[in-house]
Formats: sequence, structure tokens, C-alpha cells
Amino acid sequence: MKTRVIVIAVALAVALVLPFLLDAYWLSTFVFVLIAAIGALGLDVLTGRTGQISLGHAFFLGVGAYVGGFIGADHGFTAALWIPAAGIIAGLLGVIVGPTALRLRGLYLAIVTIGLIYIGQHIFVNVTALTGGPGGRAFVDPAFGGFTFTGGLDVAGLSFDRNGLFYYLALLLLVLAMVFVHNLARSSVGRAMTAVRDGELAAAVLGVNVARTKVAAFGISAGLAGVAGALYGSFLTFAVPTDWNLALSIEYVVMIVVGGMATLWGPVLGALFVIGLPALLQQVSGSQPFFGALQPADAAAIVYGVILIVFLLLEPRGVVGLVERVIHLIKRNRQMSLEPSGG
Amino acid sequence: MSTFLELLFAGIALGAVYALVALGFTVVFRASRVINFAQGELLALGAFVVSWLVIDIHVPFWLAFVVGAAGTGLAAFIFQQGVLRFALGRPDFTIVMLTLGLATVLQAVLPTLFGSTGRANGDPWGGTSVRAGDVALAWVQVWTIVAALLVLAAFWVFNNHSKYGLAMRSAASDPEAALAVGVPLRRVYATAWVLAGVVACIGGVFLGGYPNTVDPNIGNTALLAFPAIILGGIDSTTGAVVGGFLIGIVEELTAGYQPQYASWLGSNFYLVAPYVLMIIVLLIRPYGLFGSRPAERL
Repeated sequence: MKTRVIVIAVALAVALVLPFLLDAYWLSTFVFVLIAAIGALGLDVLTGRTGQISLGHAFFLGVGAYVGGFIGADHGFTAALWIPAAGIIAGLLGVIVGPTALRLRGLYLAIVTIGLIYIGQHIFVNVTALTGGPGGRAFVDPAFGGFTFTGGLDVAGLSFDRNGLFYYLALLLLVLAMVFVHNLARSSVGRAMTAVRDGELAAAVLGVNVARTKVAAFGISAGLAGVAGALYGSFLTFAVPTDWNLALSIEYVVMIVVGGMATLWGPVLGALFVIGLPALLQQVSGSQPFFGALQPADAAAIVYGVILIVFLLLEPRGVVGLVERVIHLIKRNRQMSLEPSGG
Repeated sequence: MSTFLELLFAGIALGAVYALVALGFTVVFRASRVINFAQGELLALGAFVVSWLVIDIHVPFWLAFVVGAAGTGLAAFIFQQGVLRFALGRPDFTIVMLTLGLATVLQAVLPTLFGSTGRANGDPWGGTSVRAGDVALAWVQVWTIVAALLVLAAFWVFNNHSKYGLAMRSAASDPEAALAVGVPLRRVYATAWVLAGVVACIGGVFLGGYPNTVDPNIGNTALLAFPAIILGGIDSTTGAVVGGFLIGIVEELTAGYQPQYASWLGSNFYLVAPYVLMIIVLLIRPYGLFGSRPAERL
């Protein structure tokens, strides 16, 4: 317990001072990481904790972004309204879509949720009033009353630019989301989710309302995706309907698998891996092509894919598993040095 | 009427490609219970190799086709032996992610090797067509259907009348029991991947035929075959074939008639029609038309 408090305090302290140590490239990368972590946390509630594989997450990210755009950009309301509204409306959509998935299991569900992506994109393209149609639409920076993120902020001798403000907003929302998921996992709903994941029939026999639990997981997952999507759209400033595609969904699935499923830190570490690693590779490779036709972006993608494969083969429990292994090793070494006669 | 026949024929040709892609998915799924997300990239790889052999090396088309199919099968074999072999017994999810890793790598390798612009698939018939009555049939469509039927027939013979086919069927129905009676599971898995690679190449070449081209995004078509495998039932090869043809026909007929008769569904509705059909079927039959419902144990 005591070590956990220390770990959390250190992580939070690092997260708070980080923007002052980063250049513009890495600051914006970390904003993307934090936003993605919120969405990944949501997907983990559905996939990691309830066992329902979904490849439709990008659809709810898109819904969140467009709700944000509609309320924030089109009607000029405060971000204190459109960020929660994006979560609530996307969550309600999740609750509406969820029941169609109740009869499906495993990979069937995964593929049906791919259908959600394609049908969603079709709707996005055709509802031009909301999404701008195939040409896309612009979003606005978050604004609270008269204060907007666009111009930055100087306070108490510290100066924050737009991306810096985005960083702290995303960090705040991520911490709130983590506290929420942490508490959820320890509630009766959270335990029902675990029971459904580990054995649906057994859970039903024990009196868990399987249908309601799954729909709740869909709703919560979609709600967090909505919040992440609203921030994502706003940070990107512009999006076309095809941005909310299968590749984006797959990125989120990779995040929770690589990070470690059904853990609190897994989605965060996974987001760091999935977004941070390509950014790092891109920066290292610079802009000159390697051998002949190999573009730096392609080289980065190849290295990323290979690392993903090697990592999954060597550490099936994800980054969280890796960290636990290291902690275990340190503890054992410490014990051995305390008892030199042991052995 | 001739419009309808032409659309129907185009639908059958498109369905033939979907059936081939779906067969590739199903073969791997039956052997290892995972969806191979790299199937689309294998398809692109095969199409590129054949196109490169014909256009840049001037190899005769049929020879290039054989070499390309063998090469794609080999690539799939190397991935199975080099990576998946070490992940046996891991959760399905991990293995699916591994195929995603392969897809990521291939997506970057292909434009590097072959450029990112579309190129001809190298087939000898190009845009020519033949007239039957007052219906125009493109040669590429005719050959797509012929090739698909040949491949499907060959697969059926292999699956039902050969030693390896029997091994594959037993591994699909119960891997542990199969292992217990001496079925070499590792070799069965490897065979399944080689077959998936070969089938992917054949599908890729025909998919890249006129008026389409072979480009790195051709693999996305594999995603449109998902409704086919789900519609038929993911563990049924018959289902994959029936689902493939059904999806192809529905897509072409929707493309032909929806803008005229149901324009309120929006432009390009035919691209999502397979998914809509899939969802409707699944709501009625959750394991597809031919799929088997797994027994539930506590």
C-alpha cells in the first residue's frame, strides 16, 4: 500500500513537471498520449474487464468529436459543457448499440463492431450539417467563459502555450477517468463485469444480470471514448469522416493489449507505447530516406511492427507485466542482500 | 433486364474474389482459432509480386501467377514458423495482435518495394470483354469466376479426400483429441498458413484486374470479406464460399439500383450494404448461416 502511494505520487509529479522539460514536438506527442489513454481506459472497461472484444471504438471517438464540434464550435458553448456532453451522448449511443451485440461472442462480436465503423463512416459522410461531409470540418480550442486555449496563459510567472494547456486539461481528465475506473472495478458492477468475462454462463447462474452488465460496459466504454474523441478533434483542429476508421480502432486495441488488459496503468502505458514509439522512431530516423526508397515513416512502421511482435512473444502480460517482473526482481535482490547466508 | 444480368454477373465475379479471400480467413481460423488480420496484406503482396514479375521481368503471366502464389504461400509459412509457432497456447487475442504486427510491417514494406502508385496486374486480357446476347461480360470477370471455382473445387477435394484434409478437419473440430491420435498439429497449422497465402495471392491478382489496379490499399478489400465469413459462419468453409458470393451479389445490385430507388440511404451505400446484411443475419442467427454453435461449459 505504501509503495503504491509513493508510485502514484512520483508518477503525478513527473506528469506535472513534464511539459516544462519537453520541446514542442514531444509536448504535442504527449497530449496525444494522454487523450488516447482516456479512450484506451474506456476500451479496457469493455474488452479487458468485461471480455467483449470491440473494434468499433473509433466510431465513438468520432461521435465525441462531432458532439464537441456541434456544441463548442457551431454554437459557441463553453468546454465545461461540450466535453461532458460528448461523453454522455457517446455513452448513450453505446447503450443503444450495445444490445445488438448481446447475442454475439468473441471474434463474431469483433467483426460486427467493424461493421459499426463502416456504417458509422457512411453516416458521418452523409450527415454533412454535423460533420462537414467528405471534406471534413474544423473544431475549436476549448474555451471556458471568455478564456480560450488558443492564446495560452501566463500565471504566477509560468507561461503555458496552447499545447501546454491541452496537456494539463487532458491530464486532469485522465486522472479523473482513472479514479472512476479504479472505483468501478471495486463496485458490484465491476465485479459483475469480471464475472461475465470469466464465464458468462457461470455469472448468469450466480445471479449476475449479464445483459445489463454488458450494456453498462458498452456505455461506459463509449462514454470515455466520447470524451477522448472530443479532445482529440479539438486538439487536431480538423477531421474528416474517414479519420474514424478501423486503423484507429486497432490502435486502441493494441494499446490495451500491449499495456496489459484489466489493469489501471495498462491503457496509459499502452498509449505511451503505441503513440510514443512511432513518434520516437520518426524523430530518430529524421527526414532522409534510408536505403533507396525506404521512407522514414515506413521504416518507423516496420520497426514498430517488429517490436510489437517481439514484445507480444516475450511478455504476454504487457508493459504492466514487464514492470511487475522488474519490481519482483528488485525485491528478490533486496531480500537476498538482507540475508547473505540464504541459499 | 440486361442491366440486371450484367449487375448479377459482376456480383458473381466480385463474390468469387470475396469467396477466395474468405476461404483464406476460414482456413486459418479453423486451424488456429484466430482471425488473420494480415490476410489483406498477403493478398496485396501476392498481387504485387505477380504484377512485378510480368511487367518488370517479362515472365509469362501464368508462370508468374504460379511463382507469385508459391511466394505468398512461402511468406505466410515463414511468418507461421518464425513467429506464430512460438505463440502456441497463448490467448487468441495475442495471436490476433501478432497478425496485426505482420500487417503493419507489410503495409510499410510493400510501398517501399513496389512504389505506392497503382499498377496493372499483368493479366493478358486487360479491359476486353465478350458479348453473350445483349449482355457484355468482361474477360477478367469470366476468368475470376473460373479461377475461383477451380480453387474452391481443388480445396474441396483436398479437404475431404486427402490425408492432410482429414488432419485439418480433425484439428479444427478438436485440437487436443487430434493431437492425442497422432495428428501432427504443427504441420497442420503450417499447411493452413501456406494455403491461406496461396489463396490470398490468387484473390489479389483477380482483384487487381481491370478496371482496378494493384496498389498498397488493395488489402482493404479483405476487410469487405469479413461480412462474408461471418455471414456464412466463421468455421465453415462452405459458409465462406456461399457468404462470399452472396455479399458480392448484394454489393453489385445495391450499387446498381440503390441510387435510383432508395437514394435516401446516401451516396455509396453499396460499400456498407454487406455490413448491414451481416448485422441483420447475425441478429437472427448469431453463429452465421452455416456456423456451429459452440457448446457451453461451466
